[in-house]
Amino acid sequence: MIPIEITVNGRRYRETVPARLLLSDFIRHTLGLTGTHVGCEHGVCGCCTIILDGTSIRSCLFLAVQADGSELRTVEGLAGGGELTALQRAFRERHALQCGFCTPGILMAAVDFLGRHPEPSREQVVGLLSGHLCRCTGYEPIVEAILDAAGER
Amino acid sequence: MKPAPFRYERPETLEEALGLLAEHGEEAKVLAGGQSLVPLLSMRFARPAVLVDVNRLPGLDGIAAENGHVRAGTLARQSAFGEAPPVLERVPLATEAVPHIGHFATRNRGTVGGSIAHADARAELPLALVALGGSAVLASRRGRREVAADDLFVTHFTSALEPDELLVETLWPAAGPGWGCAFEELALRAGDYALGMTACVLHIEEARIAVARVAVGAVTDRPTVIPEAGELLAGEAVDATLAREAGRAAARAVDPVDSLHASAAYQRHLTGLLVERAVLRAWEAAL
Ligand code: FES
Ligand code: FES
Repeated sequence: MIPIEITVNGRRYRETVPARLLLSDFIRHTLGLTGTHVGCEHGVCGCCTIILDGTSIRSCLFLAVQADGSELRTVEGLAGGGELTALQRAFRERHALQCGFCTPGILMAAVDFLGRHPEPSREQVVGLLSGHLCRCTGYEPIVEAILDAAGER
Repeated sequence: MKPAPFRYERPETLEEALGLLAEHGEEAKVLAGGQSLVPLLSMRFARPAVLVDVNRLPGLDGIAAENGHVRAGTLARQSAFGEAPPVLERVPLATEAVPHIGHFATRNRGTVGGSIAHADARAELPLALVALGGSAVLASRRGRREVAADDLFVTHFTSALEPDELLVETLWPAAGPGWGCAFEELALRAGDYALGMTACVLHIEEARIAVARVAVGAVTDRPTVIPEAGELLAGEAVDATLAREAGRAAARAVDPVDSLHASAAYQRHLTGLLVERAVLRAWEAAL
């Protein structure tokens, strides 16, 4: 067991974890933050994507012990005080989610992506979404929502 | 699907890391970006006794141009590498190859050195390094050695790296005037493993090809230079017919095996087509 200290959405946590615990399981099971989803557990579906020290990563391809000393953002950290972000509002307006399983990962990847590509082309957004499987929407509304959010910034 | 137990080590210096590798040898596995290794741990295809996390070793993520090369520290993340100014200016082949690797979030984390050391015959960076005639620097308690990319990749997931060695940097030959390159890949979906991939590097002098390197991956057990294609191009000016012939030469030279997604015949055809396209584009880039 290894002691770690991690800040998640501005709140500091001190926990003791087994070395083999995946960060995705740490977030969901240890911290109870179940907004981060787990689909494939091998890097393909994208729904476990979170932001670690400012960069989006797959939390299923990362060990909790590796995140010692880091700052994480998960989907719970987006709507501070219950107010949706522009990106979240765009998702609602465009019907960019149905069951919502893929949504947390896409939102967190899109936050990082739009930070680095403030005026993305449609093609770039489609490229981003190649890393996120959605079984409900057919992707088009998600593309539109991300482009809308980019336009609003 | 969870990793089997292991001991986790997080060395803070290169000496400490090399000491751990010397001590544990085959029992240890190096954790860099983890984008290939962590799935292997979760599926328990890999069950190392000791995991050596090198992510906090200082000074191993630099990317800089020097003496006709771009030097990339082993921990340079793939996304940073593809967009780094020295790479954009001098190693356009790498900039073309990087977007084909996995996805946005996996490129953020995946490292250049990790991809090279993993030696997957379907990976983009090993193919680009071979096509450019680059090399890797391997360090151990016994010292350092530079290994040419051609000698580094042995077969599927097997490199010349000894169990006590850490790949510390890769050297990417810089392109100057008269050089042109192109990377071509086909996968069923963006980010999936490629069915075929090729990289072509040409040097033109007086409107003729002076140097041609054509390399292919995915259909071979390691990234492989196709000398037949290079010889056919040397001394010539490229047109559509010559590019097609180079593609045919490459298709004849490879010996793919049937897979779930594509027959051997299809992979051979695809390799020819990708080489043809890459040769044409590299020629245009070099002019
Ligand atoms: S659960 Fe992490 S990518 Fe699918
Ligand atoms: S909204 Fe159901 S998987 Fe995307």
